[in-house]
Amino acid sequence: MIELETVAHGYDGAELFSDVTLQLGDGSFHFLTGPSGAGKTTLLRLCYGELVPTRGTVRFFGQDRRGLGRDGLAFARQRIGVVHQDCRFLDHLSLRDNVALPLIAGERPVPDRDVDDLMAWVGLKGHVQALPPSLSGGERQRAALARAVITSPEVLLADEPTGNLDWDMSVRLLSLLIELNRMGTAVLIATHDLNLIRAAKAQVSARVLRIAGRRLHLAGAEL
Amino acid sequence: MRVVPPAGQSAWLTLLIAGAMAFLCVFALALSVAADRLAARWGEALSRTATVRISAPPTQMDEQTAIVLEVLRTTPGVATARLIPDDEQGALLEPWFGPDLPLDLLALPRLVEVTETPEGFDAMGLRLRLAAEAPGAVLDDHTRWRRPLVEAAARLRGLAVLSMVLIGGATAAMVTLAASASLAANAQVIAVLRLVGARDRFIARAFVRRFTLRALIGAALGTAAGMAALLAMPDTGESGGLLSGLGFAGPEWLYPLAVPPLAAVVAWAATRAAAFRVLRGVT
Ligand SMILES: Nc1ncnc2c1ncn2[C@@H]1O[C@H](COP(=O)(O)OP(=O)(O)OP(=O)(O)O)[C@@H](O)[C@H]1O
Ligand SMILES: [Mg+2]
Repeated sequence: MIELETVAHGYDGAELFSDVTLQLGDGSFHFLTGPSGAGKTTLLRLCYGELVPTRGTVRFFGQDRRGLGRDGLAFARQRIGVVHQDCRFLDHLSLRDNVALPLIAGERPVPDRDVDDLMAWVGLKGHVQALPPSLSGGERQRAALARAVITSPEVLLADEPTGNLDWDMSVRLLSLLIELNRMGTAVLIATHDLNLIRAAKAQVSARVLRIAGRRLHLAGAEL
Repeated sequence: MRVVPPAGQSAWLTLLIAGAMAFLCVFALALSVAADRLAARWGEALSRTATVRISAPPTQMDEQTAIVLEVLRTTPGVATARLIPDDEQGALLEPWFGPDLPLDLLALPRLVEVTETPEGFDAMGLRLRLAAEAPGAVLDDHTRWRRPLVEAAARLRGLAVLSMVLIGGATAAMVTLAASASLAANAQVIAVLRLVGARDRFIARAFVRRFTLRALIGAALGTAAGMAALLAMPDTGESGGLLSGLGFAGPEWLYPLAVPPLAAVVAWAATRAAAFRVLRGVT
């Protein structure tokens, strides 16, 4: 669904990593780990087209990013759910509208019941009308996850989705992602939380990737 | 739902600009219509012919008439020169003197009707030539003094049209500025919308709709104010010249109603262009 082929990226001059090849296929489940500043967020941003690789090829659903055009990129993103590390809400809209935003932006009908159900599921029932700046970090992360899955995306990219959550809530969100994955969604989660990885590996066959020393490695054996 | 937060300053700015520009545009339009009317009225008078009147002793009459016709024939700018026959002249005089006028007994001047080509002739030169060659001939072109006035009216109309074009351009420029300010203020919103899969035209539409609507409302208010001001102009009667004609008459009052839709079209195009220019810089 999303393919990276010998991709390299650096922000200004020096390359952060290079020769990264990765395929997020149908129903795959990946974790991405690595030290802070190694480039996890950068790799994810390449995966939803916010960044263009300095070298190599990124393909969305079989199409080269470079040949996609602006509308093509938008349509590809409508099939990808993203939990950003910094959430990125529209602060003037209620949490409910923020969760429904991918549907609104994709000019698709908004099924109100589904939005409410999802928000209740992630424990935000009482906050549907709240504005994002008034929420705690954990509440924001749960809302960000709800927003990422509202479209039932074919690919889900999550950047530290449980960073601010207690263990019970982390497991609850993880089970949502596993559920999506069982229905065919390709999942990639960047995280530092080894316990979360272990909990997931008990339920699905997840591969663990690690960025270190400017390379992407397949880890997992040591977990 | 408003995916772009309601903006404060740029909204009022657009409303004000559109209103002021529409107000000015109504006056420029009225000026153009008035100048047009004036030019038409005076131009009609102009198209009437000039005449050459020949008064000479009966023995010289035929000779001088021939000379005058020859002079007119060779004068650039003269389209036709026609000697008005006696019976036609009699018909012209009949209302004043009755049907039994003994034309042949009166020493009536002969009249030559002259029509001009569109470029017109040099009246001063013609007058001098006639004086030199046919001393009894007088060029009577009482309508010619209007020619510079007609030209001035046409020029005025051109200036009014140019003003409207400039007003349109200035409106486009200022709406572009206001829209760019709004786009810059909402850079974060635009980036997030792109990230969740919005197409450019969806994002642009949010801005375009807003600025078009504001321009339409502002221009409607400005147009209404301009029309009211024209209605309230004191009546100067016939002596007012251009002033008495400034304003609309009858169906002409429909013309200014085109100003608000035009303002909306200008704002639509300006905002759309600004939005797509900004969006090109967002992944
Ligand atoms: N927009 C940017 N411009 C320049 N440098 C950047 C930019 N974004 C990130 N970097 C740099 O790139 C490196 C990798 O950043 P990235 O956010 O990908 O790390 P990360 O692995 O996600 O770290 P963390 O675990 O702390 O989230 C960092 O050194 C960071 O300073
Ligand atoms: Mg990061």
